[in-house]
Amino acid sequence: MAQLIPLDSFGVTERDVEGALGRVKVRNVDYADLYFESCVSESVSMEESLVKRATKSISQGVGVRATAGEKTGFAYSDELTKRDLELAADTARYIAHSPGGTEPVPVPVRSRPTRDLYPVSHAQLEVATAERVALLNRIDEEARRYDPRIKNVMASFNTEYKVVMVATSEGTLIGDVQPLSRLQVTCIAEEHGNRQIGSFGGGGRIGFEFYRERDRYLDYAKEAARIAILNLSSVDAPAGVMPVVLGGGWPGILLHEAIGHGLEADFNRKKTSAFSNLIGKRVASEVCTIVDDGTLPGRRGSLNMDDEGTPTSRTTLIEKGILRGYITDRLNARLMGIPVTGNGRRESYQSIVLPRMTNTFMLAGQSDPNEIIRSVDKGLYAVSFGGGQVDITNGKFVFSASEAYLIEGGKITRPVKGATLIGSGPDILTKVSMVGHDLKLDEGIGTCGKEGQSVPVGVGLPTIRIDHITVGGTQAA
Amino acid sequence: MKQMHTQKPDRAIQPAGGHLVQLASDVLAMAKKDGATEADVVVADGENLSVQVRLGAVDRLTKAREKRLGLRVFVGKRSATTSTSDFSSESLRRLVSETCTLARAVVEDSMSGLPQPEQLAQEQPDLDIYDDTKVDAERQIELAKRAESAAMATDERIANSEGADFDSSWGRVVLGNSHGFIGEYRSSSYSLAVSPVAVDPVSGTMQRDAWYDVQRKFIKLETPEAIGIEAAKRTVRRLGARKIATKRVPVVFDRETAGSLLGNLCSAASGYGLYKGASYLAGQLGHQVAPNWITVVDDGRMLGGLGSRPFDGEGLPTRKNTIVDKGTLASYLLDTYSGKKLGLPSTGNASRSVGESPSVGPTNFYLVPGTTPAEDIIRSVKDGLYVTELIGFGINMVTGDYSRGAGGYWIENGQLAYPVEEITIAGNLKRMFMDIESVGSDLVFRGRIASPTLKITEMMVAGN
Repeated sequence: MAQLIPLDSFGVTERDVEGALGRVKVRNVDYADLYFESCVSESVSMEESLVKRATKSISQGVGVRATAGEKTGFAYSDELTKRDLELAADTARYIAHSPGGTEPVPVPVRSRPTRDLYPVSHAQLEVATAERVALLNRIDEEARRYDPRIKNVMASFNTEYKVVMVATSEGTLIGDVQPLSRLQVTCIAEEHGNRQIGSFGGGGRIGFEFYRERDRYLDYAKEAARIAILNLSSVDAPAGVMPVVLGGGWPGILLHEAIGHGLEADFNRKKTSAFSNLIGKRVASEVCTIVDDGTLPGRRGSLNMDDEGTPTSRTTLIEKGILRGYITDRLNARLMGIPVTGNGRRESYQSIVLPRMTNTFMLAGQSDPNEIIRSVDKGLYAVSFGGGQVDITNGKFVFSASEAYLIEGGKITRPVKGATLIGSGPDILTKVSMVGHDLKLDEGIGTCGKEGQSVPVGVGLPTIRIDHITVGGTQAA
Repeated sequence: MKQMHTQKPDRAIQPAGGHLVQLASDVLAMAKKDGATEADVVVADGENLSVQVRLGAVDRLTKAREKRLGLRVFVGKRSATTSTSDFSSESLRRLVSETCTLARAVVEDSMSGLPQPEQLAQEQPDLDIYDDTKVDAERQIELAKRAESAAMATDERIANSEGADFDSSWGRVVLGNSHGFIGEYRSSSYSLAVSPVAVDPVSGTMQRDAWYDVQRKFIKLETPEAIGIEAAKRTVRRLGARKIATKRVPVVFDRETAGSLLGNLCSAASGYGLYKGASYLAGQLGHQVAPNWITVVDDGRMLGGLGSRPFDGEGLPTRKNTIVDKGTLASYLLDTYSGKKLGLPSTGNASRSVGESPSVGPTNFYLVPGTTPAEDIIRSVKDGLYVTELIGFGINMVTGDYSRGAGGYWIENGQLAYPVEEITIAGNLKRMFMDIESVGSDLVFRGRIASPTLKITEMMVAGN
């Protein structure tokens, strides 16, 4: 079980919380909540073989929300006095157009999430700066040792320690401690004036020791160096429609962009998603089953509870090609009359709750990954990607390869320069003809942006073959 | 320049009202006491009110006040940066002490340090970036509703909406450093945006687009009706978009997407990427990067500009820098640190987010317009692409390699023939800027970075 968070860690009492909830939960308000958060984030970074930057940031505040029908009133404050809570409550309930006056709310009952997916103590996360410095210095040495053509190494180690508490007008009072860390390495290689970049990293809701287990941090350094060196010999990417094989892990960003966002309940309630009204319909080939799962231990996208206090869950989005469900927060679940899936998330107390993904991945299939590559006569094999983006309404999505190879005659041949892949969400997975048995989750580096809010997420994918997708290179294929 | 108030460091801290200057001075004094040899403090506070209406009803109302303090200390040549939203004196004292400890834990960096005292801004001109007009929630709701209903009424194919947003913000920034500099400015912004959704009556497919305006002054904001009508026009014209065959053609960027392209040039010309060797413009100062009739400027003193400010994130006066002068890369964008790394003085482009050490950012960065109307540029294309939307992140700043998702219109014999989508455009930024063939006369500022319409001789367009 996760730990029980004392309310006084925010300097407020149960009486203050009850008072504010009563003030905001006026007659026309369906639901109200208070979200308390305190967050400490730290970062140490290295470049030019010098660990020369260290930052630390502390924030604390409360967000107060009231919903009435489709309307949401929201206010936040970085002061946590009774007076500030009341002011925020008055603003939040403004949208309900109700006169003031308190209404009885159930006395909050303090509870804790029933599982603990990330039992990391603050101490395990907050190691001495000297140890972080030593780790980054070793990364620099390792990357430079990999190849003398590595001319610069940049690395950063970031941690975040967030304590949250949600009090609702339904009488729940539940908190969680959410640790998060990430180690990122970027190398610049140079040869005869040709400069190239390679990046690699990993993380999750894990402590510092994770990076030192089996010298994982040195593997990150070698991977970043390997990709930078590889790109020195890359050729122009092809342009046009062709078969593409995606490697396992991070290429799962395809699912996040092409499918995931389009299945977030807010867009579907408003019927502005290309997936609106497609529940029960075929949107992928039979070999595709896709889930969103916030319950995986230690993963970057995992949570014991979402930011409305709902336990996270595993939601089947697509089952053997058929669209099964949306991911929801409370507001949209209530308005649509569908289950709450524990996907109500917010960047901080300063932002509104939205339905967001957690860890989104495709389940393993039957095919041998080598067989999948052999099946392609002329195409692209893409194993690593930068970012992606989607237009929810017309369904068009892109994601950009950062490590890719040509497949010629069933064999991986030359590395190619990065290129953007573009497709249509409701259509692309119908073109998946083979799914490997090698499901892999990403290393824990993903951040998803929506309406200006960033939240950590995970993705995963086995090796898959897409029969046709547009590749945005510069060379006529 | 305002003088720093002298104050005993053990005094209780009262941040209310106009006391941010006092707070900054107090924190600097504490840092000195804790062993900092140099320090600077930035304090920001602000208020925000935003409403969203959708299909004629209020969807969301958000109100906020926030404040944040950022501290950077130097202990000799070692440095650390921290920030907090907790202004209680006990918490600030702890923060100052932790910051000094953190600085002692990192290594010396011979280039680190504050700018020289004589470089700091001596005067702080009023750049007309603040408006105290308070637009209350009812009025914001009304304006957003008017904009959305204007969009819905423009065309019967506008059948749905992602809503209209009205947002107003006021903020204040105080920056002080241990050289005795203290500066303060206030700014405001008002914005109205509408995102209609059009449905194709035949196929049932949907398209979304948006239009907006953002201004420092409420009075200057475009009318809700004009914004709504433009949003509707932009949305409806996307209906029936198709994919096209892969080919190499001339590409015209409308002013929004041209602005994004100019933003790529701005990043490439920014100090931090340059000294790390992570920009394709590294070592290009004084070299030709565009045709000799192209000029790009960054002007921090433009009156009413969305990127204007009297001093930069380190207290240096902002100014007007010519970045590309008649095709030649004439200046980078630098702060003190990245400048030192490159052996050059700061250009007054330090940008400071409260919790970070300074980085480099544009002020009002634009490509000087030409005399050709945008319609004439389109008319000059026989077979090519008019880009109105770009998506994705397929830009490699180290190499300049460029490959992004695009949407827009196919140009046939000088006319916009039909909308296109699910295509990519690819090239290399170095080459793309050299290949600018014409520049429109239609420069409008709707952000910190702006460009008129641009035509590029040829790019690879990938579709079917």
